[in-house]
Amino acid sequence: MSVFDGLKFRKVSSPIHNLDPRIKFIYVIAIFISAILFSQILPLAILFLMQLPFVFLAGVQKQWVKSLRGAAFLATFIFVINIVTKFFYNNWTIQFSDIEIALSMTMRFVVLVESFSVFFLTTSPDYLGLALEQSRMPYEFAFAFTTAVRFVPVLAEEAQTIMDAQKARGLELEKGNLLKRIRNYIPILVPLIVSAIRRSLELAEAMESRAWGAVKKRTNLYLLKLHKGDYILISITAIILITTLYLRFFVTIPSITYYINLISNFFS
Amino acid sequence: MITIDNVHYSYASNIEALKGVSLTINDGDFIAIMGQNGAGKTTFIKHFNGLLKPTSGTVHVNGIETTKTSVATLAKNVGFVFQNPDNQLFSETVEDEIAFALKNFKYDKKTIEEQVTWALDFFSLTQYRKTSPFLLSGGERKRVALASVLAWNPDALVLDEPTIGQDHEQKEKLRQFIIQLHAKKKTVIMVTHDVEFVAECNPRVILMRDGKIIADGIAKNILTNPTLLEESSIVLPQIAQIFTKLYPLGLPTDIIDITEAETILLAANAKKQEQLT
Repeated sequence: MSVFDGLKFRKVSSPIHNLDPRIKFIYVIAIFISAILFSQILPLAILFLMQLPFVFLAGVQKQWVKSLRGAAFLATFIFVINIVTKFFYNNWTIQFSDIEIALSMTMRFVVLVESFSVFFLTTSPDYLGLALEQSRMPYEFAFAFTTAVRFVPVLAEEAQTIMDAQKARGLELEKGNLLKRIRNYIPILVPLIVSAIRRSLELAEAMESRAWGAVKKRTNLYLLKLHKGDYILISITAIILITTLYLRFFVTIPSITYYINLISNFFS
Repeated sequence: MITIDNVHYSYASNIEALKGVSLTINDGDFIAIMGQNGAGKTTFIKHFNGLLKPTSGTVHVNGIETTKTSVATLAKNVGFVFQNPDNQLFSETVEDEIAFALKNFKYDKKTIEEQVTWALDFFSLTQYRKTSPFLLSGGERKRVALASVLAWNPDALVLDEPTIGQDHEQKEKLRQFIIQLHAKKKTVIMVTHDVEFVAECNPRVILMRDGKIIADGIAKNILTNPTLLEESSIVLPQIAQIFTKLYPLGLPTDIIDITEAETILLAANAKKQEQLT
């Protein structure tokens, strides 16, 4: 469950932690859009590298690596599926350009995981809720969202206990072929989902018995305000978006295959 | 036999949960592990079937070091029943739930059928054979969890908080059941806060505090030691409390068994009557 470790917020102070969550979210969305717009390996690799300063400034390298490691399985899956479909589509042949495309798709996924991981690692759920509220989202929705985020680590812990309980009954998760391995997760997922539903019902009852929603107009103790760092980040975000749109629609981005062909032509 | 030698265990968060624990559990032992919340009890028992591997030190189960084998292999000898049954129930029927482990251990169809029928009958669950475990009450779900582990007849059984949420009748059944297992020379290890239940069962008691074992001995000696129990936030069993208060009358204080208490009190009363006449 190391994926969840990569999303768990820890309260520390760093220039990235102190940024306004709204701006950070806009930044993550900008990276998200850029990653979706590009399908070549070069710009996606640049997007990947661009996150690194954020990770180091925030000092969350360890957790960040964990989240990437957790995403490794799905990333491999994406790569393999891409290769296999190309392989069948092209009548059992594979070309270098196919591998490059598969790599790009995997890279796109990694960039998405990476940016969301940095966001969740450096943003406290409380501030996230506050950001949603101040963006005029109804309190009910903001509350539901923060609660969901807050319960991620709880669920991760529960998943670990469930895994232990099933292992103690002889379940071997890492055994068998791919299909068997996926099926091995049924005894983990069913209790996890059942308990999540049960927990949500209990939470709703507990909240109602403490008069949740009795006051229609709420006030907040803390208010979010933009600082210098936030203005810098919003400028960076704007530059990224403009550059992305420009590169995507007005420039032909060369692929690595193109260069390799160029070089091989040169020598032949 | 389970041998634990100077085991230390730290979680990923650098919290040291076990700080050098050594213990030998012989075949056929009946042990209650007690201690306040956070004493390391659950961490400790998770070492018995290899769910946790010691950071340093060794744990041997029947001579095999737990780091050198899989949980599935160890689980066949050491059955582990978790505190919350909802952490393991997933099948469509109670019957499938109990058969799950047997299938994992690759028993043949006939044995599975026999064992499931036996376990259902033993825990009075036969009427729920085809029912979904999710539709059962809390106590019944707990019994399904117990049955699903007992079904493969492990040599040792580890129970984490077995009495939670059980009414008196079920507790008594559980006690009878433990006594039966004990008579069959099975090892039973339970973690519990239920001091009255321990007093009734009369096992070997191990007290833990801050990741260490602070006392190990027969229930009668440990459950009547107020200073020791206070350190572990445990209150004396009610019978022991009464006898502590009756100490000025010259009665013994190390009593936890109802029958024994009755005999002593009746004898004391008879003596008093005799003196009066």
